[in-house]
Amino acid sequence: MPRKRSPRVAALGSPTRRTVAPSYSSRQTGPLKRRLIVAVLLLASLAMITVYFRETPSGALHDFQSVAASAMRPFEIGAQRVSRPFRDAYGWAANLVHAKSENERLHQELEDVRSQVIVSADALRENKRLKDLLKYQRGATFPEDFPRNRAVAASVMSNPAGEFEQKIIISAGSSDGVRLYDAVVTGRGLVGHVSKVLRDQSRVTMLTDQESAVTARAVKTGAIGVLRHGEGSALILDRVPKEKSVVQNDIVVTAGRGQGRLGSFFPGNIPVGYVNSVGQTDVDLYQDVQVRPFVDFSDLDSVLVLVPKKR
Amino acid sequence: MLAAGAKAAVLLFFAVVVQVTIVGTIGVLGGSPDLVLVILVAIALLNGAVFGAVSGFWAGLLFDVSLLGTLGFTSLLLTLAGFWVGRYGETTGRGRAHAPLVSVAVVTVLYALSSLILHFMLGDPVSAKVALVDALPPEVALNLILAFPVFSLCRRLFLPAVPRPEVEFVG
Repeated sequence: MPRKRSPRVAALGSPTRRTVAPSYSSRQTGPLKRRLIVAVLLLASLAMITVYFRETPSGALHDFQSVAASAMRPFEIGAQRVSRPFRDAYGWAANLVHAKSENERLHQELEDVRSQVIVSADALRENKRLKDLLKYQRGATFPEDFPRNRAVAASVMSNPAGEFEQKIIISAGSSDGVRLYDAVVTGRGLVGHVSKVLRDQSRVTMLTDQESAVTARAVKTGAIGVLRHGEGSALILDRVPKEKSVVQNDIVVTAGRGQGRLGSFFPGNIPVGYVNSVGQTDVDLYQDVQVRPFVDFSDLDSVLVLVPKKR
Repeated sequence: MLAAGAKAAVLLFFAVVVQVTIVGTIGVLGGSPDLVLVILVAIALLNGAVFGAVSGFWAGLLFDVSLLGTLGFTSLLLTLAGFWVGRYGETTGRGRAHAPLVSVAVVTVLYALSSLILHFMLGDPVSAKVALVDALPPEVALNLILAFPVFSLCRRLFLPAVPRPEVEFVG
């Protein structure tokens, strides 16, 4: 039987696209030139670090950073918009894991709060009357001295760069009335403080950053300590003496005052979280109080920068 | 060379945007992948030491601008990273299949270490435990997962395709 043969074209080698071997441009440059280029780049980096540290926030490098960051902003907004549905879907799925225990805890909290509201309303009236009588002057307190209409709302532009830099960039700066060390919150509670201000953007150091420390108190018992970052997203209420009582599920708010000679950036009564666990050992001077924050620091979209009534 | 430079600049720009807005939020076991570092490693392996160093400087500058960090901080580290990987690609790692994996693993560890040291030198309060014990192992693992896809993407971008040699069967 005659075989029907026709001309065919076959490709040699693997069916995948082949690429040429890399030809390195720096192999053509001499070693001296190569080293010179790298040395110049390293020197430029070191010079930038030095100048950036030494100059004032209105210096040339800060200005360049402000302009360049503004130029990158539309791209960051675009990327966030594209990724938002996926992040929401992930967040929704992740929250389902804790939904049941969270629901039980919130129900318990609601019952407690209902009974407290009645007692608090009477105490509030009496407190106000006594304050008026005594002409009592107290420090700035949230939310009385920080009206919502004065707060600056801002969207979160960039998320933390790494585990030991828990800082975010927000889309409001000095032109919007944001000042250094202003407190930053969400509807749930305290996020952190403003640690750098440019014209249209600011950097916020979150509570989970190693630089952060906030004087906070447990609402029910009044025990005061210094709140700082702990393992993962948890916080630790440190320096609470053993004789002070702290109970589980108690709400922790900012104390509104510093410890020792240092003041606090934060007004009092901003909710921070609830006491997750309390423990102590014989050798430790202070209690080990773990606080679970109300704010989900890994999923921040927008924040409020608190601006006091009197500035 | 100019075209490759432009491609690298654009690629790193978008890598930084994606890193600070999306990838940085992906936390797995306390660590998150570093897309910029992995892309820089791929670029340096494919284009050599000088190209790697310049790319590292550019990526670091963008990173510091985007996160309002100390200008020059990340540039310094990524310049060194790009140069080292480029030299490795030109010499020992040339044509080796495992070169991307080795480079990504080593550079991730060295980058974390030098970043920690630089933070200490600048007086920033950083925890070595958080940086090296908690965050580093998952970050190395995540970067290694990214290494091969990113490397093959960069290979397609930076190395021109060779036309397939064709033979004709007749008769």
